[in-house]
Amino acid sequence: MTRKKFAVTFALGSVALLTAGATLSTAQSHVNSPDPLLGAPSVATETSNINGITGSAEPGKHLYRRFCIGCHGPDGNGQGMNAQWIDPQPRDFTEATFKCRSTPTGTLPTDEDLYNAVTRGFVTTAMPAWRPLSPQQRADLVAFIKTWSPRWAKEKPGASLNIPPETPITIESILHGRELYQKLECWKCHGPEGHADGPSAATLTDSKGFPIKPFNFSTGDRFMCGDTNRDLYRIFMTGLDGSPMPSFADVIQPNDAWDLVHFLRTLQVALPNQELTLWQSYRAAHGKDLKPIGPDSAGGAQ
Amino acid sequence: MRMKFFAALGLTVVMSSAMLVFATPPAGSGTITGKVTYTGTPPKMRPIDMSKEPSCAKQHATPVLTQNVASGPGNTLQWVVVYISAGDEGGSAPAQGVRYDQKGCEYLPHVLPMLAGQELQIFNDDQTSHNIHPLAKTNQEWNKSQPPGSPPIVTKWDKPEFISVKCNIHPWMHGYFVVLKTSHYAVTGEDGTFSITGLPAGKYTVTAWQEQYSSKSQDVTIAGAETKTANFVFTATPY
Repeated sequence: MTRKKFAVTFALGSVALLTAGATLSTAQSHVNSPDPLLGAPSVATETSNINGITGSAEPGKHLYRRFCIGCHGPDGNGQGMNAQWIDPQPRDFTEATFKCRSTPTGTLPTDEDLYNAVTRGFVTTAMPAWRPLSPQQRADLVAFIKTWSPRWAKEKPGASLNIPPETPITIESILHGRELYQKLECWKCHGPEGHADGPSAATLTDSKGFPIKPFNFSTGDRFMCGDTNRDLYRIFMTGLDGSPMPSFADVIQPNDAWDLVHFLRTLQVALPNQELTLWQSYRAAHGKDLKPIGPDSAGGAQ
Repeated sequence: MRMKFFAALGLTVVMSSAMLVFATPPAGSGTITGKVTYTGTPPKMRPIDMSKEPSCAKQHATPVLTQNVASGPGNTLQWVVVYISAGDEGGSAPAQGVRYDQKGCEYLPHVLPMLAGQELQIFNDDQTSHNIHPLAKTNQEWNKSQPPGSPPIVTKWDKPEFISVKCNIHPWMHGYFVVLKTSHYAVTGEDGTFSITGLPAGKYTVTAWQEQYSSKSQDVTIAGAETKTANFVFTATPY
């Protein structure tokens, strides 16, 4: 190879490389443009707003392609390569149905709800907590996730549930919560002792028809949508859309809801908590007078 | 005088055009009737064991049967929704809502047609809690608890869809909301017959929908005050 020939080849090669680079950067300049790995999103672009952080879909797309595609899939429908091994199945973003919401059942969650879900992960599933990503990156992911369903362009998220200040933790509150657990028939799925062994537990399926277990309070697992008393309040008031867990927002008054929260804590026998301590000392003294929860209880709707 | 005449004429023109705009389209007098039957072997409808919910079980002297392929004598099919799928411009939803009951741990009626946008009232008449969970795909799915004595849930559906409804607490409870664009529809009774009335003259596509065997359609032309017959035959499979 002569010096001249080499120079020409080198120049040509550089041009080719530059062109390729230019093509690649054009391809990645817009969310709606064809992407070698991702299917076409429903909405051209979205943004998110979380406590002053504005997320954008474009950087979110790159993060999705790197971190989320394996389970949630190139089309955002929860059918990534790993999905077949995962139970419960990864979220299908094309339906825009989400479990952990502060908004009423049947409405879109807020950006904060999605951000919190990405941050927290879902303890009893394959979804990890994404705290290693920066808040900005998580906000970008939220913006990108919203491009998978046309609902985000047409609808606004529902109004966030207003949670009043927690009432004092007293034995009366716990006892009333226990009555509600019987009356509202939480035990039909979650079981009389919260062991997820109620009469309907074995029959439950999610909205895609896959078998799903009710939450077992006794194992020490954290709740899927956050583990504070406020989170617990929110979970049963808004319900977990896409699962058998309904919303109780229309049927429980705020004070009653706090009573139910306090009782539910006593079912978490593997997690030391204030409600449990109070309950255990009460039960040691008055256990014989307590009607058992379940179908034979006089407090039930029989 | 002349001025008055023109003013009167103008008023008449304005009024008649207003009537043209606001008057509801004349209700037609055409009728489509028919019968829905099946050939083949449908699945056997099984008795439902409600022993886990005694308050419901005691409301039924004989066990309630599943209803996914409900049939009567002569191979007739019940709970088939027959509706005008093309040729009817539809109408705005009537002020009168439709009512759906949860009674004896059953959905009454099993299949409830309604117009998009029409008010839907859901009642719990039982002594037990139900959670009503419409598994909508085109519309938005929701899931609400309704304990005994709760007020009715009042809602509506915006888009046409066949929505499967279930109660997760009582897994045998299953029904359908059939949200349509047309106000011309009927549901077959146990004898498989239906009658769609009040049709203006026109060319229509009539569709029969059965929850397990999907849809069948045929074209019917109504010339005026006449009754046309449209029978539907589904091919039943046992599963």
